[in-house]
Amino acid sequence: MLKIMQSILGLLMLAQMSVANAALSIEIIGAGEHQIPVSLVPMGGDEKLGLAINDVVSGDLQRTGLFRLVDTTGKSPHDTAEVNYTDWQLRGAEALAIGTVNAQPNGRIEARFRLLDVLKHVQLAGEAVSANEGQVRAIGHRIADLIYEKLTGDKGVFSTRIAYVNRQAGRFSLIVADSDGYNEQVVLKHNEPIMSPAWSPDGSHLAYVSFETGHAAVFVQSLLTNQRKLVADFPGSNSAPAWSPDGKQLAVVLTRDGSSQIYLMHPDGSNVHRLTFSGSIDTEPNFSPDGQTLLFTSDRGGSPQVYRMPVEGGAAQRLTFGNGNCFSPRHSADGKYFVFARLTGGRFYIAVQDFQTGQMETLTEGGWEKKPSFAPNGKIILFASEARGRGILATVSSDGRVQQHMFTQSGDAREPVWGPKL
Amino acid sequence: MKKLVISIVLLNLLAACASQKPQESAAPAAAAKNDTVATAPATQAQTNMDPLNDPKSILAGRSVFYPFDVAAVQDADKPLVKAHAEYLSKNAARKVRLEGNCDERGSNEYNLGLGQRRADGVKKMLELGGAKAAQLNSVSYGEEKPKATAHNEASWSQNRRTDLNYAQ
Repeated sequence: MLKIMQSILGLLMLAQMSVANAALSIEIIGAGEHQIPVSLVPMGGDEKLGLAINDVVSGDLQRTGLFRLVDTTGKSPHDTAEVNYTDWQLRGAEALAIGTVNAQPNGRIEARFRLLDVLKHVQLAGEAVSANEGQVRAIGHRIADLIYEKLTGDKGVFSTRIAYVNRQAGRFSLIVADSDGYNEQVVLKHNEPIMSPAWSPDGSHLAYVSFETGHAAVFVQSLLTNQRKLVADFPGSNSAPAWSPDGKQLAVVLTRDGSSQIYLMHPDGSNVHRLTFSGSIDTEPNFSPDGQTLLFTSDRGGSPQVYRMPVEGGAAQRLTFGNGNCFSPRHSADGKYFVFARLTGGRFYIAVQDFQTGQMETLTEGGWEKKPSFAPNGKIILFASEARGRGILATVSSDGRVQQHMFTQSGDAREPVWGPKL
Repeated sequence: MKKLVISIVLLNLLAACASQKPQESAAPAAAAKNDTVATAPATQAQTNMDPLNDPKSILAGRSVFYPFDVAAVQDADKPLVKAHAEYLSKNAARKVRLEGNCDERGSNEYNLGLGQRRADGVKKMLELGGAKAAQLNSVSYGEEKPKATAHNEASWSQNRRTDLNYAQ
């Protein structure tokens, strides 16, 4: 028995090391105020799949800083009947995840998962999760979502995707990946810059800026068929695409009539009409979740700051004040906050502001921190940062307590944006 | 676990210190000015050289530089832009692409707008000096194509720039 446990432990350690050697490495800094102690027993059945799933679930939960993983050594219940609650109580666990996983003859992976309340001796969640062969990470993310949801009361975002641009030796790749950075899919590769990827609300398309025609132009590309369309290619610069919540409109920034101004168009490039009429730089539009207003960056007051205006056009209201320049505003999904990058004293910080109170909170220590976007549940913010001389992806919890740094294998990660909840 | 977290924080501190070091790779701004050399059209006359190819001519300068978050051509660079305007007005077949660039102290999108404004400012000055709109094309690279990549003023001052890139 001991031997088996040792070999399982050995496998576990192997699994962890392979994470460090995979496409990217992740570092976690800080911890939540109250960490929920949870035990994740590797699933029974197909042991290899069980460990792979356990690895994904542990990683997802640990990166939030909201959970403390309680050791499972020597105990491996896979069914409710096998659970001795007192054991787990003594180890300090409040919740226990168990289950089994098997590969079907057709390759499909099927997992049965249960989350148990150790103190109340009741089941909190039970679900059968399945995925195609090779998509074991998807099963892990789904289970992590369920655990997160049941134990924190907030929606999980581990099954969502992110997009970013990787720059390496003058080559640019537009990449879509799982929320933890794994499972990379290259959407576009070019030796001219790519900027500003923007997810359609249903996650099926990306709008982005590519310089491949010799200047900044806006493309819309299907992630299902990879078909793409050049939707804004006026003289000068065409950039900063943003989707309306119903997916029927794109806000873009054009310089065809002078300085950078915000326009609305259909996502196929038709029906272009101008929204802002200033001599200043108006850019980085972002729709409110109700589709009624736009946040944007403008230097109309002398320095770049965040403004808000009605989507039908009209007067804009300045929202950021004080020392420094403010850029790249984006709404939280509930519409109560916006996150932005603030340049002050030579450093960029990620900050959030409450629409109602106007209160601003700085979430990070400062550095080269740009382009923040909320996870769909509003609890995590993804942004571009820099560490050890490289551009990296980073996240910070919305209370500023937990940060993670995600190092891609090579090159500089830039322009990240969190995708929608699917 | 706590130990691990502390060591990670230390690592990050170290990394932060390391990134403060000035980089030696940055080329002096003066060198940057002369790096674009246009070739003369093969058909052009031999007796008097195209002044565009004379390294001693003011036209050898192909870049205009700016202070932080400023898009107006500075007094120091006005003679250069005026000389190019005059050259373009006398050489109607010549075309030039104006490429605005910025340092990294803004969002990528804001800098794209600022770079466009820089390029458009040079374009306007060239037109006022006699160049025709059809000879000119202005684009922006924002902060996407930095000439120097260190996080310091020596790099930034090179990156705040409009290049006059003549078509060959």
